[in-house]
Amino acid sequence: MFSPARFFETGAAPIVAPEQAVNPQTDPLIWFLQTFITLFVIMNVVLVTMAYQTWAERKVIARMQLRHGPNQTGPMGLLQPIADAVKMLGKEFVVPREADKPVFMIAPIMSFIPAVAAFAIIPWGDARSEGLLGGWIRPAIANLNIGILYMLALSSVGVYGIIMAGYSSGNKYSMLGALRSSGQVVSYELTLGISLIGVLIQSGTLNLNDIVRQQQASIWFIFPQFFGFVVFLISGIAETNRNPFDLPEAESELVAGFHLEYSGMSFGLFYLAEYISMNAIAALAAILFFGGWAPPFDIVPFTLIPGPIWLFLKFAFFLFLYYWIRSTLPRFRYDQLMGLAWKVLFPIALANLVITAVVKLIGVHMGWWV
Amino acid sequence: MIPNSLQDFNLGYISVIVFMIVVAVAGTTLISVGVLIRPKRPSAMKSIPYESGVPPVGRARERYSVRFYIIAMLFVLFDIEALFLYPWAINFDGFVRRGDGLFILVEMLLFIFMILLGYVYAWKKGALDWVF
Repeated sequence: MFSPARFFETGAAPIVAPEQAVNPQTDPLIWFLQTFITLFVIMNVVLVTMAYQTWAERKVIARMQLRHGPNQTGPMGLLQPIADAVKMLGKEFVVPREADKPVFMIAPIMSFIPAVAAFAIIPWGDARSEGLLGGWIRPAIANLNIGILYMLALSSVGVYGIIMAGYSSGNKYSMLGALRSSGQVVSYELTLGISLIGVLIQSGTLNLNDIVRQQQASIWFIFPQFFGFVVFLISGIAETNRNPFDLPEAESELVAGFHLEYSGMSFGLFYLAEYISMNAIAALAAILFFGGWAPPFDIVPFTLIPGPIWLFLKFAFFLFLYYWIRSTLPRFRYDQLMGLAWKVLFPIALANLVITAVVKLIGVHMGWWV
Repeated sequence: MIPNSLQDFNLGYISVIVFMIVVAVAGTTLISVGVLIRPKRPSAMKSIPYESGVPPVGRARERYSVRFYIIAMLFVLFDIEALFLYPWAINFDGFVRRGDGLFILVEMLLFIFMILLGYVYAWKKGALDWVF
């Protein structure tokens, strides 16, 4: 039965071989029902987190600028996200004259699917444990062995929605925004991918849950992989087109970039996709470098707090960092942006990878490595 | 019982595919449910591409900077090279523990050296500069 300490199993546990990791449930009907319930729970968590994240962002940035932020709709403006959603639903959907209509209609969905699908493999608790309510709510929809590759693949696919939107709008600003965005996303995707190889050398697995377990058994990967973490964080912010890398939607130059011609809920889906992929990067940073659902120390006051809350706290820290950066730094110029990716982050990430490999080799030989 | 073929496919992948389908349905619903309440009053003026109030000149799908093509090409080259590093990084642990660590490390250093040769060449040629 439910008890806080067993909520997705936070306590120290030995690392199990991947073969034993399969779902114990063997009745297909029950398995599919459990999948569906888990899926709806996680999808609702993702959407509600995203909605209230916009509220939190406005509040935090308002406070940093000595304003109040939304405070009229409900107590402390808490109903603002709902008001926004209703407003978007009620707006007219305008298709511009030059638009390529089918592509124009599909583009928001193409950008929404990969953003949300990234949350399929985020483990909210130990993915090898039974989960909540006797397995009816599992800690992750899937515990894939190719976790990191899956995340990288989705972040690449996300750019298709952007290109389709920019191309099909038939607007010069949209086209420029889409081109800039694709150039930026592919450049930073490269540094993002290489910065993670250091973590892979250390952990020896692509499975997100096993990476968390290894950090639980040894140390958070931010300490040995500090440079990898810095490159990952910068690339992650650029990958999701947030400030100070929001060139694709630079308001002062391109009005709104690739989603300029969109209105109503179609615009809303781009907005959702942007914030959800930002959440995914924050969750990934928490899992890969800050121990995910694992408590910082395996002693009593920490292990009493369930895993999802630990992950949420770390995740919220990264979101706050995003807001902080957004309200602090001015926007880059496009050549600076490309220079940063190719001339600064790429060499740092490669050096980090080589040094990690050398240190691991020496460490295992000298017996420092567990 | 779940058939063996499904077990082999690692049930997780099926859940992920189901999740993607559910997300696609949810996205389509979000867009289309507004038809019930939103107005639909198209007009000639409204459908002009928005260019800050100035009537648009020319078409949008014209030629654009060659730098974008170069970036795309460099990305394909270096990303494929980075992809080769993934299986190596995963198996590095096992090789080191078996005592073959030095061999596989030197092999990969040679590979990274070749990446670096291409990288330095691209840099010297000015392919990484946005403006000449």
